[in-house]
Amino acid sequence: QINKIIRPSLNRKHVLFVTTKMFSHKSLVNGMRDTASAGPQKFTQEFIDKQVEEFEVGKRHLANMMEEDPETFTQEDIDRSIAYLFPSGLFEKRARPFMKHPEEIFPKQTAIQWDAKGRPFHFLFYTGKQSYYSLLHDVYEKILAIERHQDKMRNKGLFTSDTKQILLTGSRWLLKEEIEENLVENISDQDYMRLIQLMEKLLSMPYCSLEKEFILKFRKQLEVQSSKYEIPALQYDPQGVAFSVADGRRKTAKASITLRDSGSGNITINGRNYLHYFPVLQNRVQLMFPLLFVGMMGRFDIEGSVEGSGHSAQAGALRLAISRALLSFVSEGEVEKMRQAGLLTADPRIRERKKP
Amino acid sequence: MNLHKLSSRLCPTVSKFRHLHIQSSGQQLEAVAVETESTEPNPLSVFRTSEQNPTYHSERHTGQYYTLPPAHIQKLFPHGLPPRFQLQIKTFNEGCVMVRPPVLELISYLKKADYSKPPLRYILYGDIGTGKSMSLSHALHYCYTQGWLIVHIPDAHLWVKNCKELLPSSSRPSRFDQPIQASQWLKNFKITNEGFLSKIKTTQQYVWTKRESTEKGQPLGVLVDQGVNRMKSSSDVVGAVLRELRLQAGGTTEGEGAFKLAVAVDGVNALWGKTSLKKEDRTMVCWCKPEELTLIHNLRKMMKNNWSGGAILTALSQTGSLFKPQSAYLPSELLGEEGFDNMEPFVPVSVSNYNEKEFESCYLYYLERNWLQHPHSRSEEGKKELIFLSNKNPSILERLCAFL
Repeated sequence: QINKIIRPSLNRKHVLFVTTKMFSHKSLVNGMRDTASAGPQKFTQEFIDKQVEEFEVGKRHLANMMEEDPETFTQEDIDRSIAYLFPSGLFEKRARPFMKHPEEIFPKQTAIQWDAKGRPFHFLFYTGKQSYYSLLHDVYEKILAIERHQDKMRNKGLFTSDTKQILLTGSRWLLKEEIEENLVENISDQDYMRLIQLMEKLLSMPYCSLEKEFILKFRKQLEVQSSKYEIPALQYDPQGVAFSVADGRRKTAKASITLRDSGSGNITINGRNYLHYFPVLQNRVQLMFPLLFVGMMGRFDIEGSVEGSGHSAQAGALRLAISRALLSFVSEGEVEKMRQAGLLTADPRIRERKKP
Repeated sequence: MNLHKLSSRLCPTVSKFRHLHIQSSGQQLEAVAVETESTEPNPLSVFRTSEQNPTYHSERHTGQYYTLPPAHIQKLFPHGLPPRFQLQIKTFNEGCVMVRPPVLELISYLKKADYSKPPLRYILYGDIGTGKSMSLSHALHYCYTQGWLIVHIPDAHLWVKNCKELLPSSSRPSRFDQPIQASQWLKNFKITNEGFLSKIKTTQQYVWTKRESTEKGQPLGVLVDQGVNRMKSSSDVVGAVLRELRLQAGGTTEGEGAFKLAVAVDGVNALWGKTSLKKEDRTMVCWCKPEELTLIHNLRKMMKNNWSGGAILTALSQTGSLFKPQSAYLPSELLGEEGFDNMEPFVPVSVSNYNEKEFESCYLYYLERNWLQHPHSRSEEGKKELIFLSNKNPSILERLCAFL
């Protein structure tokens, strides 16, 4: 987050190309034009070059506006600055304003593939899927290269099977749609499977680490669970009774509880018994659910304080707080089950603004 | 060991059944002769007892249900039982009441009290839904089986709110009458105490209108009929009836007409609270105060302990009360300053939620009556859920089980 007050300087005209919508593969409806038969909208290379130039200029303007160094202004910095200058409360992240490189915005298009005389540039043009087949050729070329390397090592007597293996955990093969996007042409399911099989064959060879970069181009990193919640530590009070403290939130309600072991199922909220605080049955069911799920119903004493919002949101906040506090009393497998049951997920729904 | 041999010498035939009871408690010797308890260790009726008479209920019966005889229900409680309990009687075809420690305490006080002195005032207080009205009904059943005369006001709050007709009193200018409530109450009083109506005689003459009056020495029944037939003067009749009962409760004058008087009021905090009845006074409309209502005024006189030969059993009630917060349940909070001063000194009896044994027997009772239809409610898990959701509060548990 940006901590300094930004005063946009008034002596220069800052023009930024900020868009809110990715261009989709639909042609612009313009009067009587036949929209169905016209294919994806074509942008000329000059147009795209101009866009790239404008983007670079705009990036420098933005950096100057934010009083940062234009040379080392990365895409992350751009995103941060745009979010600061154009704050948006829309829930859909894709609808918010953004400024990205034109290559990410405009779909990739194939350039003209034959020369003035009508002779195609690529030798595989007449296969119909020239980039796909050329990719297959490349992969096979690499397989052959590795086999030759293997023979060389065997001849020298230095052949070992336990060479450095490529780490594949935490990543997956690119999907068919993603490969289509890279190759800028359509491929069928069988083609995609053939490609993956060939890559697997490449991976199965001992010396595949030589082509590590090439293979990783076709693997996509899976997102790491970034917002992972830490299990609160189990504390012991002077009598030796275990207890844990946790918080929970729902809408605008904030709850904080202390879960004590070797109790008898008493629950006190804001100093009052839970039967008096939540006369509605549904709220008490919400409180009961985490304990019921884990099967430790009469074991704990709960002391909680909650404020804000309405009774239902307070019950939801307490429920989340109880589930989080239970994590420290429960085994790993149970934690996973609780996560799948949705007990540990904070409910993201909040009140939507009024629209005319 | 000695006890066992002693009891087997006393009643050799039933010694093998008594064996069970001796192991549980050592007080069997005097109880053996009097009790008519079922001795089969039937697991289903662990929560039931066949001891119908509240006189003999003791700590051994806590948590167990006893059946109210239908004849008694009709006579004693034409209007007296809480409405949800009346529905339950209709559904289950029997009225079963649980024996609980507060009532046993109350009954033991009633047994030990000296009735030549002014009456003791007992107040049943507790959280909402813990069973104050039910306990009052149980204690009243005891009084009825002992042959007392019952004056039962099922809910005093009904007399301070939602009255359709409010007439200026015929006898006193600044008071208001409630003819419908008064005549209704007199009808029910008649049903409950039919036996006494012919025995008690009026001590003075009461003049109702120019043409109607009740002479001295007439049986009480005539007075009551006067009130039932003539709606206009029914509130004053109520006052007269209460006065007569107060004067004659000790039974000092006639040896035959000696009776003990039990005054039972549920929702006694209504007597000193506010009303929601409006009076049209000149051009302004303002709220009635409770003492401006004839019925309330007479009832307050009843609450004083300037008579003898009976007991005053009362229960507080927040649910029907006007202008009182829901968290208030102590006598000082609900009665207010004036009420507390009037009722002092009193014997407070606290009623609380079920403990585990009582909850267990309530649960078994519902199971036996096939009231818990959901298959999950029969399992241990289901029982734990019920405990949690109701926090062992009797009324919440009853409402919860109603839709299971």
